[in-house]
Amino acid sequence: MKMKNNKFIYLAVLAAVFASCEPEFDNKVTNGSYSAGEADFSSYVAIGNSLTAGYMDGTVYRSGQKYSYPNILSQQFALVGGGDFTQPSYEDDVNNTGGFLLGTTPITATKLIINTSTGGPQPIAGVPTSNVATLQATAYNNMGVPGAKTFHLLAPGYGNLAGVATGQANPYFVRHATSPAATVLGDAMTKNPTFFTNWIGNNDVLFYAISGGTGVNQAGNTNPATYGPNDITDPQVFAGAYSAIMDALTSKGAKGVCATIPSVTSIPYFTTVPFNPVPLDAATTAALNQGFAQYNGGLQLAQAGGLISADEAAKRKITFHAGAGNAVTIEDESLTNLSALGIPSYRQATAADLVVLPASSFIGTTVGGNPLQVNGVSVPLADKWVLIPSEITAIENATDTFNTTIKTIAASKGIPVADMHAVLKQLVTGIASADGQIYKAGYFSSATANTVVFSLDGIHPNARGYAIVANEYIRVINEFYKAHLPYVIPGSYPGATILTSNN
Amino acid sequence: MRKLLSLTMMALATSTAFAGGYRVSLQGQKQLAMGHTGVAVVNSAEVLFFNPAGAVYLKDRFTASVGGNALFARTKYQSLENNLRNSTENTGTPISAYIAYKATDWLSVGLAVYTPYGSAVEWDKDWDGAHLVNDIDLKAFYIQPIASVKISDQFSVGGGPIYVSGSVNFNRNVGRSVADEQGNKTDLTIDKSGVNAWGWSAGFMFNPTDKIRIGVNYRSEITMKARNGSATVNQVPAYLSDAPTSPQDIVLGNTTFNANLPLPAELTAGFSVQLTDKWLVAVDYNRTFWNVYDALIVDFKQTPTSQIPQSVNPRNYKDASTYRIGVQFKPNEKFSFRAGTYFDESPVQKGYFAPETPRNDSVGYTGGLTYMITSKLGVDVSFLYLHFKEINASYDHYVEDGNPNVSFGGTYKNVVFSPGIGLSYSF
Repeated sequence: MKMKNNKFIYLAVLAAVFASCEPEFDNKVTNGSYSAGEADFSSYVAIGNSLTAGYMDGTVYRSGQKYSYPNILSQQFALVGGGDFTQPSYEDDVNNTGGFLLGTTPITATKLIINTSTGGPQPIAGVPTSNVATLQATAYNNMGVPGAKTFHLLAPGYGNLAGVATGQANPYFVRHATSPAATVLGDAMTKNPTFFTNWIGNNDVLFYAISGGTGVNQAGNTNPATYGPNDITDPQVFAGAYSAIMDALTSKGAKGVCATIPSVTSIPYFTTVPFNPVPLDAATTAALNQGFAQYNGGLQLAQAGGLISADEAAKRKITFHAGAGNAVTIEDESLTNLSALGIPSYRQATAADLVVLPASSFIGTTVGGNPLQVNGVSVPLADKWVLIPSEITAIENATDTFNTTIKTIAASKGIPVADMHAVLKQLVTGIASADGQIYKAGYFSSATANTVVFSLDGIHPNARGYAIVANEYIRVINEFYKAHLPYVIPGSYPGATILTSNN
Repeated sequence: MRKLLSLTMMALATSTAFAGGYRVSLQGQKQLAMGHTGVAVVNSAEVLFFNPAGAVYLKDRFTASVGGNALFARTKYQSLENNLRNSTENTGTPISAYIAYKATDWLSVGLAVYTPYGSAVEWDKDWDGAHLVNDIDLKAFYIQPIASVKISDQFSVGGGPIYVSGSVNFNRNVGRSVADEQGNKTDLTIDKSGVNAWGWSAGFMFNPTDKIRIGVNYRSEITMKARNGSATVNQVPAYLSDAPTSPQDIVLGNTTFNANLPLPAELTAGFSVQLTDKWLVAVDYNRTFWNVYDALIVDFKQTPTSQIPQSVNPRNYKDASTYRIGVQFKPNEKFSFRAGTYFDESPVQKGYFAPETPRNDSVGYTGGLTYMITSKLGVDVSFLYLHFKEINASYDHYVEDGNPNVSFGGTYKNVVFSPGIGLSYSF
C-alpha cells in the first residue's frame, strides 16, 4: 500500500514536471484580452457606398467582397461580442469576375486585372454571371451600395428593378432591396443596429471629379431630383440627407463612427497620368508647331484687340519641342470664348491640371486612323479627360464643406469621426504601418506589387488598402469608445490580380 | 559490425534547437547534469568534448561514454497588437559518444562524436511570420579524433581535428501576400545534406594541486558551405513562372543555391575543486564568437527558368557568454549525484529576433545521477530544464518592395526540457 502511494506521488511529480514544460505567457492573448469598451457590436451595420461594399478593380466580385472594410472590422468585433455579419450575396458570381447582367445583357464591366502579356490593366475576359434581376430581398449588415450619394439612401424606388433602365434605380441595391419601394436606410434600420459605420458622401463630389468635371456644381439647387449623375450635390441637400441618416441611425441609441470624404484629387485616378507625357521627334514637332501657328497667331490678334489679357494669350499659346515631356493639349471651357473669331478654347495642360486615368489609353490614339489627328496632341483632349484648376477648386471646396457638415452633425450626435480625408492626405506622402512598411497612394506597378493599396480602378482601395481603412476605424473605436480591438496587418492582404493571358 | 554501428549512430544523430542561437549544449550525461561544466573536470570520456587535454588524466586504460537525450523544445508566439497566436513544438534526440584509450602513461587517444549545433522549428504553415520562416531544420554532426598529452602531472594538452557533416532544410514564403491563382501562398524550400567541413579543437589542463584543476578549451569556427543545394518553389502564380515582362518581373523556378552558415568558435575556461572525497565543484565560462553570423546570404543559381534574387537576411549576432556551475556528490562507489545551473546569454540583438531561432537569454537547471551496475559499467541519467523569460522582440530587417526595415514581432516564450540517459564503461 505504501509502495503504491509512493508510485502515485512519483507519477504526479513527473506529470507536473512535464506540464511545466509547456510555455505559459504572463499575459496570454485570448479573446478575453480584448474588449468592446462602451460599444456594443452585437448588431453592426455599415452604411455607405462602393468604399463600404468592398468594391475594387472596377466592380464588386465574390473574392474581393470578403475584404470590404466592414467585413474586416466584423472579424475583430467578433472577438468582443460582435454578432453575425452578412453581406449581399455574390454566390451567383460563379467565375469571380464581378460585373452585372440585366437579363442577358452585361451592363457593368468585369473586374480589372493586370495582363502581363500586354502590360496594362484590362477587364478580365468573360461575361458576368451576377444578374441584377435576381432579387435577394434581404437586408444585410453591409449596406454599402456602390454609386449611392447621400440623398440616395433616403430615396424610395432606388432599389426598384424597373428603374434600372432609366437610371432611377441602382443595380446593386436592386439586388437586395427588401421591396421595390424600400430605402437603403430603411433596410439598414431593420437590422436594429447597435453599432454603425457611416461612410457616405464621396459620390456627392467624386462622380463630378471622375467625369473630368463635365457635371454641374448644383450648389444653390436644392432639388436633387433635377441632378445629373455627375453633378456636385448642393451643400444644404447634403446636410439635410446626412442629418436624416444620422437621426435614424442613432434613434435607438446606437453608437458608431462616421467618416469623412477623402480628397478625391489625391487618388491614382487623377495622379497617375502626367500632364506632359508626349514624346516627339523633330519632324513631328515642326509639323505640329506649324499646325498651331494659325491658332497662336489668332491669340495675338485677340490680345491686340483687347479681348484677352497678355497672360491668357501666353497661357493659351501652344508650342511643342522635340523630345519627351510635351504637355497634352486640352479644351478649357473656362478660357475666354473666342469662337466668334473662329478661335477655339485650347491650351496646353500644366502641372495644375489633373488628367484622368482612362486618358492613358486615349492620349496618342488617332481620330479615325488619321495620323495627323492625334488625341491629346493635334486634337486637344475634351473636358472629360482633364480636371482644370477651377474644377479642382470646386471639388475641394465641396469636399471641405461636406466634411465640415459630417463633423458637425456627428459631433451633435456624440459620434466620433474617422478622418479618412486626413488619412488619404497622409497616403500621398506615405503612411507608416505599425510594421514599418510605408504605404503610398500610387497606382500599381511591379515594383510596388506588395505595397500598392489602390485597386486597378485607381479610385478604390484594394484588399490591402481596405485593411488600412479598417485600422483607422479600429483606432478611432479604441480611442473614443475605450475599446481594445486588435489591428490587422495590411501587408498580409492581397494586391492586384495578375494574369499571363486574358482570354 | 563496426561500420554498421557508426551508420546507426549517424542516423540517430538528430539534434534540435534551444540554447543561444542554434548551439545545443547536450554533450554528455554526466557533465550536463553538472550544469554542462567540464573544461576542468576529469570524470569520464566526456572530457574529450569538454577539454581533450584532460583525457590523459583518466585513471582507466579504456573509458567510454555514450548517451542520448530526448529533447522537447516548445515555443509560443503571440501578438496582442494583432491578435496572433502560434506555437512550435519540436523533439529531437541529440547523441554523443566518447571513447578514450590510454596508449601510454603520457598519451591518450580518443574518438568523440557529438552534435553541438542544430535547430528545428516548425510553425504553422503560412502563419503570420511565414515570410521569415515556416520551418527550418539544421543539423551538424561532429566527429573528432583526439590526442591528449601529459607534459607533467600538473599540465597536459590535447586536441584534434573535427570533421563535420551537416544538413539544412529551410522553408519560407516568398512574400507576405504573394500567392498563386487559388490564393495559396508561394513558398521556397532550400535543402542540402552532406555538407562537410573541417575544424579543430585544442585545450590544456593545469592541476596546481591534486584538488584543483584549471582548464581552457577552444573549438574553432567551422563554416558550413552548402553548395548546389536544391531550391524548390511551390505554389507559384503563372506570372512569376513565365518569362519576365518587365525589369522588376522575375521567374521563380526550381534551381540550386549556395549559402554559408557559420558554426562559431567557442572558448571555454573553468576550474574544478575537489572539496572533499565526496564533493566536487566545477565552474565554466563559455564565450561563443557569434559575431561571425552577420547575415544569412543565399545565392540562387540564375537559369533561364529561375531568377530568384540573392536573399540577404541580416542576423548581426553578437558574441555571447554562458556561465555555468555544477556540483557532484559521490557518497559511495555505487552512486554519484549531480546538479548544476547556468545562465546562457542569447547572441541575438534587439531588432534581429527572427522566429527561425526564437531564443533569448535562458537559465538552465540540471541534475542527474550515475548508478554503477558493476564496478566497470555505469548508467548515467540526467535532466535539463531550460527556463526562458518571455520576451517582446521583433525582427526589423525584412525587405519588401525595397523597404529593408519591415518588422515582425510579438511576445515569445520558450521552454526546453530534456531527459537523457547514457552508459559509461571503463576498465
